[in-house]
Amino acid sequence: MTEFLQQVLNGLSLGAIYALIALGYTMVYGVLRFINFAHSDVFMVGAFIGYYVGEHLPGGTVWGGLVVLAAAMAGCAVLGILIERLVYRPLRGGPTLNVLITAIGMSLFLEYTGQLVFGATPRAFPAIFPSKVISVHGLIISMNQVIVILVASVLMVALEFTVFRTKIGTAMRAVALNPKAAQLVGINIDVVISFTFGLGSMLAAAGGVLYALNYPSIDPLMGVVPGLKAFVAAVLGGVGNIPGAALGALILGMVETFVDGSRWSTYKDAIAFAILIGILLFRPAGLLGRYTAEKV
Amino acid sequence: MPKPLLTLIGAVLLAFGVSHYSDHIDPYYLDVITGVGINVILAVSLNLVNGYTGQFSLGHAGFMSVGAYLSAAITLLLGQKLFGDAGGTDFQQGLLFFAALIVGGIGAAVAGLAVGIPSLRLKGDYLALVTLGFGEIIRVIFQNVESLGGALGLNGIPNYTTVFWVYSFAALTVFTVVCLVRSTYGRGFLATHDDEIASEAVGLDTTRYKIVAFVIGAFFAGVAGGLYGHFKLTITPTGFDFTKSIEIVVMVILGGMGNTPGVIMAAILLTVLPEVLRSVDEYRMVLYSLLLIVLMLVRPKGLFNFDYSRIAARLRVRLGGSGNEGTR
Repeated sequence: MTEFLQQVLNGLSLGAIYALIALGYTMVYGVLRFINFAHSDVFMVGAFIGYYVGEHLPGGTVWGGLVVLAAAMAGCAVLGILIERLVYRPLRGGPTLNVLITAIGMSLFLEYTGQLVFGATPRAFPAIFPSKVISVHGLIISMNQVIVILVASVLMVALEFTVFRTKIGTAMRAVALNPKAAQLVGINIDVVISFTFGLGSMLAAAGGVLYALNYPSIDPLMGVVPGLKAFVAAVLGGVGNIPGAALGALILGMVETFVDGSRWSTYKDAIAFAILIGILLFRPAGLLGRYTAEKV
Repeated sequence: MPKPLLTLIGAVLLAFGVSHYSDHIDPYYLDVITGVGINVILAVSLNLVNGYTGQFSLGHAGFMSVGAYLSAAITLLLGQKLFGDAGGTDFQQGLLFFAALIVGGIGAAVAGLAVGIPSLRLKGDYLALVTLGFGEIIRVIFQNVESLGGALGLNGIPNYTTVFWVYSFAALTVFTVVCLVRSTYGRGFLATHDDEIASEAVGLDTTRYKIVAFVIGAFFAGVAGGLYGHFKLTITPTGFDFTKSIEIVVMVILGGMGNTPGVIMAAILLTVLPEVLRSVDEYRMVLYSLLLIVLMLVRPKGLFNFDYSRIAARLRVRLGGSGNEGTR
């Protein structure tokens, strides 16, 4: 029983990180209808900003950790908006394949520029939050896991508030529903899209720092695998659907942790893709997604 | 005999001739030439799927790995049993290699069928992801099969790949793809690419076309994988990951989707370019990715996608003739 609870806890904290990344994918897909492949590398840049800021702050304090998180989030928001402005906007309205390829190009660019700037060797991430391990009846709860789950929950509630209770959030939903009609009622699409990229990149940056805390080594290619899995999570929940992304991420995190603990642990990396294929075959709109008819 | 067939036979004979004198070619250049040929096979076969049929597959490296492992297993295990330690004559080895390549190709084609039937109902981004997912699953499976070397890969594969084999298969790939697309049946691929809904409306089974394109593409990827394995002499699962698939996709895009001569040129360029850029090795991939982005912004239809009729018209004007034909 203890072991089961331990796995649930591990799954929950992994799922929370996936959720933070998946939300960015799903929001961008909602407004622009394309997979932002570079998102997973924004996640990586977030971890590196966290690394450099964390080096200069006294480690092991709550306020220090929060400053690191805030810095990474701010930096990545700027990066996300810049990427959209410089690379994706000129292609808007073009063939989807071209946008997809550009996104792949952007992803490779961030990865290899990262290797040049940060170096290709993995680095140890500083312990920015106080590290403590609490043991309850044999259940080992590390402080980092608690922080991951707490921060992710707070950010998700904040996101929910932004999207459903603010003016810009309403505009975002309007653009996702119908960009042309949104424009007709006076919504500035460019501002909304920039905002979406900023918001998504902020969440990815938080995910990056939290991921680095739990798996304390970072390198320029670290985003690739979690990024792909987070996208799987977004598809699982129904891409374009914000609660769906969170749900999908939690499910994926759980499944992966349990597979990792079983004797099929070497197939851990394949399970996410098996889920992806399964969901696309049997319920392509995702768990919470809605089917839409294609109009000719 | 029809012209394309003559060209094919000519190309195979030429490959045989060049191969015969390969001892006189500098080994470094020979390596580059072989690499170019393998990449031509990969790019042209992927072009059938991504270019002509308009589907976006990111799993070509996965099919390549199936072919590579299957054919290497055949030459390693069966070769040992058939010929003993002596190794057999050149002719026997060639025959075995040919059989291994074909079996590798068929294995990859079967994998393509298994992947294609469920996933080709999906479109665009989703298809890209599913094919990517399948490619990764294939890689993880190979990493876990101990009899195929696991994560360490297969070593000591016999050195069978020659210029003859590579260029014969390259010629065969180009021949198959070009003739297929120009045939009456093959118009269906282009129709699927141009407008899926309209094609379905006039009674074309678009899913079937997609699967056929996918299976043929996978077959040649498998053959290319076999050639690659017997050229590098060692294969590892990580050598066939997502990055390799992207590399092939970039060749197709750079050449211009659905433009075979352009794709061949791009495959040559992108194989030779890294060799030229060796001096600035660390910037190579950065330049590569920048090239991809800039290309999509500036020449979204591909670097080598020229409008031949317009160029001809312009030439005619310049040469003093009337340019009317081109402007019609």
